[in-house]
Amino acid sequence: MNRHRSLYISIAVVVIGSIYILRLFQIQVLDDSYKNTAERISLRKQTIYPQRGLIFDRENKLVVFNEPVYDLMVSVPIRLGGIDTNSFCGVLDIDRPEFDTRLAKAKKSSYRGKAVFMKNVSNRLYARMQERLYEFKGLFFEIRRDRNYKYNSSAHVLGYLGEVSKNELGTQEDDYYEQGDYVGKKGIERYYEDELRGVKGEKYFYVDIHGVNKGSYKEGKLDIEAIDGHNLGLSIDIDLQQYGESLLNNKMGSVVAIEPKTGEVLALISSPFYNPANFNIQNRGSYYNRAIQDPTKPIFNRAVSAPYPPGSTFKPIMALIGLEDGAITPATHFGCPGYFRLGRRTIKCHPHPFSTSLERSIASSCNTYYCNTFKNMMQSDKYANTEEAYISWRSYLESFGLGNKLGVDISSEFRGWLKEPSFYDQMHGKGRWSYANIISLSFGQGELGLTPIQIANLAACIANRGYYYTPHVVRQIENVDAIPEEFRTKHFTKVSAKNFDAVIAGMLAVTQNGTGAGVAIKGINIGGKTGTVQNPHGKNHSAYMAFAPVEDPKIAIAVVVEEAGYGATWAAPIAHLMIEHYLQADSVTESSKMYLETRLKEANLIPLKYRSQRDTSLYGN
Amino acid sequence: METRSRIDILSLFLYFAIAIIGIASVYSATYEDGSMNLLDGRSGKQIMWFGASLFVGIIIFFLNANFFEVFSWYFYVPLMLLLVVVLFIGADINGARSWIKIGSFSIQPSEFAKYGAAFAVSSVLSSIDFSFNKRYDVIKLFAVIAFPAILIVIQGDTGSALVFASFILVFYREGLTPLLLVLGIVAIFIFVLTLVIGFSYFAITALVLFLVFTAFTYTNKKMLIPSLSILAVVVLFSLSVQFLFNNVLQKHQQKRIQVTLNLIEDNQGAGYNVNQSKIAIGSGGFAGKGFLNGSHTKGNFIPEQTTDFIFCTIGEEGGWLLSTLTITLFMLFILRLLYLASRAKKKFKRIFILSLASIFFFHLLVNVGMTIGLMPVIGIPLPLISYGGSSILAFGIFIFTALKMDASRDEDLTSES
Ligand SMILES: [Zn+2]
Repeated sequence: MNRHRSLYISIAVVVIGSIYILRLFQIQVLDDSYKNTAERISLRKQTIYPQRGLIFDRENKLVVFNEPVYDLMVSVPIRLGGIDTNSFCGVLDIDRPEFDTRLAKAKKSSYRGKAVFMKNVSNRLYARMQERLYEFKGLFFEIRRDRNYKYNSSAHVLGYLGEVSKNELGTQEDDYYEQGDYVGKKGIERYYEDELRGVKGEKYFYVDIHGVNKGSYKEGKLDIEAIDGHNLGLSIDIDLQQYGESLLNNKMGSVVAIEPKTGEVLALISSPFYNPANFNIQNRGSYYNRAIQDPTKPIFNRAVSAPYPPGSTFKPIMALIGLEDGAITPATHFGCPGYFRLGRRTIKCHPHPFSTSLERSIASSCNTYYCNTFKNMMQSDKYANTEEAYISWRSYLESFGLGNKLGVDISSEFRGWLKEPSFYDQMHGKGRWSYANIISLSFGQGELGLTPIQIANLAACIANRGYYYTPHVVRQIENVDAIPEEFRTKHFTKVSAKNFDAVIAGMLAVTQNGTGAGVAIKGINIGGKTGTVQNPHGKNHSAYMAFAPVEDPKIAIAVVVEEAGYGATWAAPIAHLMIEHYLQADSVTESSKMYLETRLKEANLIPLKYRSQRDTSLYGN
Repeated sequence: METRSRIDILSLFLYFAIAIIGIASVYSATYEDGSMNLLDGRSGKQIMWFGASLFVGIIIFFLNANFFEVFSWYFYVPLMLLLVVVLFIGADINGARSWIKIGSFSIQPSEFAKYGAAFAVSSVLSSIDFSFNKRYDVIKLFAVIAFPAILIVIQGDTGSALVFASFILVFYREGLTPLLLVLGIVAIFIFVLTLVIGFSYFAITALVLFLVFTAFTYTNKKMLIPSLSILAVVVLFSLSVQFLFNNVLQKHQQKRIQVTLNLIEDNQGAGYNVNQSKIAIGSGGFAGKGFLNGSHTKGNFIPEQTTDFIFCTIGEEGGWLLSTLTITLFMLFILRLLYLASRAKKKFKRIFILSLASIFFFHLLVNVGMTIGLMPVIGIPLPLISYGGSSILAFGIFIFTALKMDASRDEDLTSES
């Protein structure tokens, strides 16, 4: 009987063993979920961030480079039971409540097996922490690259990086970005994001329970090398740019200089400006709010975004349109009694000889001349009515790049103001408006707004006698044969080359014996046009447009100084100094030029109402 | 006489086969990238303990086999004393006071206590006038295993104490009525059912069954009293299970049981080990991830990686093939021991070898069952595989003693039954 019991026990052993083997077959062979769970828990993908492309200036000087930023991360699920919280807090220089808040925050924001414990850890802290990281299992550093700058300059051109937004994450097409990635937000950082960012690499590895790397996955067969971004070569001359910035210091306004033959932007300044280093990832947090509260709007890129009525700088293009359309000829003279009569109203002019030729109308900036020219065109027999004439006039302007975005390679460009006829239909009634209603357009006032870069482009069109290239600030992309097609395409204006001679002669006269003669530069023939722009909110804006040398233009420039007064007083000398600096930077310095330079640099033209609220630290450091 | 002592080669082969799997598993579980040597760290110590076992084994083979039977109480009493001593001088490790530190070594008397208990049980059961019908004999028999079990519970190592329950299988083989086994199984059934459906539902179900049963047998009045008392006992037992579970067991013990019964999902707390262990084993697939390539076991996701949960390494790196091989080796070893027991001519030797087989079986059942989620988490090692000097050495001595008894069976002329 007891021998049977031995058998029963043997059977029990075999039965239990078989049950276990079958159970193992179930979880090991039949059920895939354990395999997937194991990989989810212990397999990690590390992103290898490529070097973002470097940025050089026109003379190949390094302008923007990369600097590592360290984020202290905690691996998820969070198991910090083993670490000595006190010494950890000591190393990080935080107290216990802060530790708890950060941990609670990390728990909420975990993403793909990790969460940020402390962002942008300083270099000093990083070094100190790195030495003792082995004590703090579950914590590790993630290294990313922030931008840093060789020059405290060009902030508005360069723009800045920021963390990719939810919206950008949602709308991206190529799935490149992950939460927390940096992406160009403004300036060329944004426009050339695809060229600059490079290709991310990937590394797969196993981690232990603390998130510590335990070796590569499949011997690294799935790993991908990161490819660095393309370096960019700017058309900006950093030396000219900095010189312009020094002239615009303590002023609100803008300078844009373009090489007419190529459309390459030599300098692009919006003032007040800020130190680009203050707006990199590490620092922007503490500067951004101050910047947006500053009433002088230092973040606002006036050069491409601010529309100004062009004032008298508009007269050369009016003359060109008048010539092309037949409203005037190069020989046309208009008498100017000091005003233009419009029924019972008069449009004022300033004192100058009564009989005015085309050339003198530009040199002495005669309003009457352009009222007549505009009137001739609007009432021309060529057109059935004023609206048709206006449409024609408007299309001339469009051919000079006005009324639409030029398509520059800097973000936040504004198209300016150039109204459709329907605007006047609404205002006055269809067919019930004539030249008299829109006469102020003829001297650059009224419903007209040009950005400084549009005015500079206008100067370039005149310098080129009838064509322009879309202005752009990047002229080389490393490892790419050419800059984008749109910057290599010639845009012709609707004004033929022969009609430019008289206008250019007029602009040359401006600096020789006209409104800009007081600040002429010896040895350089400059074609210019001053503008004093009426400003309903304060003092007139000082504006100027020029190109030089007239015989073979190398630079076209526009300057606007807000609420500063006459164009000839501020904008013209700034433009002339810039031209002089660019064309003959090593010329003998005259004492008169020294005096002019000093006067401009030191002038504070920020309106009094803003001065107390300005935050000058934005420019500092 | 000595020339006729022949060790059982198959058992010895199985012993070494299991030992090699064990050393390899411990090595892999502790392996870090780089230049770790097999002889370093835990795998080195493991090898050393096997060496020590063989050394003691050789000494055992020089002894006269009758020595064990004559001096059986000289094994039991000192080892029990050690269990008492450890309560006073033991080092507290993980809340259990079950280790004695001697220099750089720690020994765990509870591992050796099984060996001692096997002597006492064999001695009591094989005495000429022993009978399961004598109350005193049965009490003595149970006392012999209850004594160490209780001491080990006091040490705080419930898992090791439960191992002594495996002697009940030996008693059964030697004539204990199977009623006890049946009762045990029924008790476990009621226990589980009470926890799954709750006492109220259980009581109602029992009552309904009783009424149905009575309705069918109402002609037979003799059945009423016994069935009524069975109902009372069953319901009372269920009630006490509910009470004991809620009021006596500690929170973590309750959880372990609930997790095993799938009553609660708890992958972070009590269920964490089991869940991670299942993930590691399950991810091994059919053929495993390869030696030293177990990413889950390498990542320290499973606590007690080299000791109680060593089977995870086997399952993950060796897949179903190696798991099956390992379990099969264990089964063959246990079956072989059962065979050796059955061919023993002396009752003492039979019972001793049987004790070893039962203990081995219990360890396999509980340890592997726990890693694949079929048993609650009870911290006992997988014999000859789990890292741990005391366990390796105690089992080694146990096995070599049993093999020596088998080898000298021809000296025993008469067959006792
Ligand atoms: Zn006039």
